[in-house]
Amino acid sequence: MTADIGKIEERVAKPTLRSVPPTASLHEAATAEGTNTAEAHGTQHPIKIYLQVWGYLFVLSTMSYLVDYFHVEGALRWVLILTFMFAKAGLIVAIFMHMAWERLALIYAILVPPLCLGTLVLLMAIESDYTFWTRVIFFGKGP
Amino acid sequence: MTATTSTETSHGVQPEHSLRSLASDWSSDQEVFKQVPWGKAMMWIFLLSDTFVFSCFLTSYMTMRASTTIPWPNPSEVFALSIGGQPIPLILIAIMTFILISSSGTMAMAVNFAYRRDRMRTTLLMVATAVFGASFVGMQAFEWSKLIIEEGVRPWGNPMGAPQFGACFFMITGFHGLHVSIGVIYLSIIASKVARGHYERKGNYEVVEIAGLYWHFVDLVWVFIFAFFYLW
Repeated sequence: MTADIGKIEERVAKPTLRSVPPTASLHEAATAEGTNTAEAHGTQHPIKIYLQVWGYLFVLSTMSYLVDYFHVEGALRWVLILTFMFAKAGLIVAIFMHMAWERLALIYAILVPPLCLGTLVLLMAIESDYTFWTRVIFFGKGP
Repeated sequence: MTATTSTETSHGVQPEHSLRSLASDWSSDQEVFKQVPWGKAMMWIFLLSDTFVFSCFLTSYMTMRASTTIPWPNPSEVFALSIGGQPIPLILIAIMTFILISSSGTMAMAVNFAYRRDRMRTTLLMVATAVFGASFVGMQAFEWSKLIIEEGVRPWGNPMGAPQFGACFFMITGFHGLHVSIGVIYLSIIASKVARGHYERKGNYEVVEIAGLYWHFVDLVWVFIFAFFYLW
């Protein structure tokens, strides 16, 4: 029993023994390694990329706000709103949340399961359509 | 790696029921998610489950809005603010969106500086993130009180149209606001530990990135709420 605890402690303590956390993902490990050398500093991940993404997110948010401000209606409205929404979500997940630099095992584990939400949305869209017409037929068009 | 206490059951020994054995078993996940700290993998899995929670809210909102025969209140008008006697549609929501995006930007830079072991900048950027988050919650409190007191919106009805509007609004923005509030507390705790040099001694700043993941997720959810609830 004590031997096991010793082994576990070894595993728990492992990251502290090395200067670079062995478990950090590739780009971060590279950034951490470059801490002491001036030329390697931030070569993997310059701050600039975050400022750029920040700028893109501002522009995309402004554009989606302007869709509402200028009363763009109909199919064009939905297309624009959804395009800006997915662009913003993609930038946040890929760059800010570092998904672009993760291993495929993690990317698939996180990004594939939400795809089944499409089924839920489809089923509920059919259901709500049925409810809507039931209400119209049996209760009339509102009070 | 097979040194987990559960292997002893084959020799007839009771498995050890301690928090340490629990933690070591769960941390075996790094054998699947190689080079990913298990704290980060677990945060991602928590965020995945949270994705489903928010998706359920948004899908039920879609169902309610699509099935009601009474017109849905126009969010563009409901959330308009009069500035200088001129009503500007959705302006408060737009400001809240920009604040949350900015907080995500400062958080992303905080994570970057944490991996460079720049304690000072990491702390300052995390505090800035928490301040942005707190101001977001403040604006949301203003928005809620305006809707409840001035517009008379209730979870069961409102003067503008479909009664489900209030229920959807309070549930979705309330749950998101709760996430932001928890995030502000979470970031403040991590920021103070960074400032005190706790992670410097541990030699490992991945905790900052894990906190960052949570914060970016809060921003991500807002992107969907902004599109589906306020702009749709």
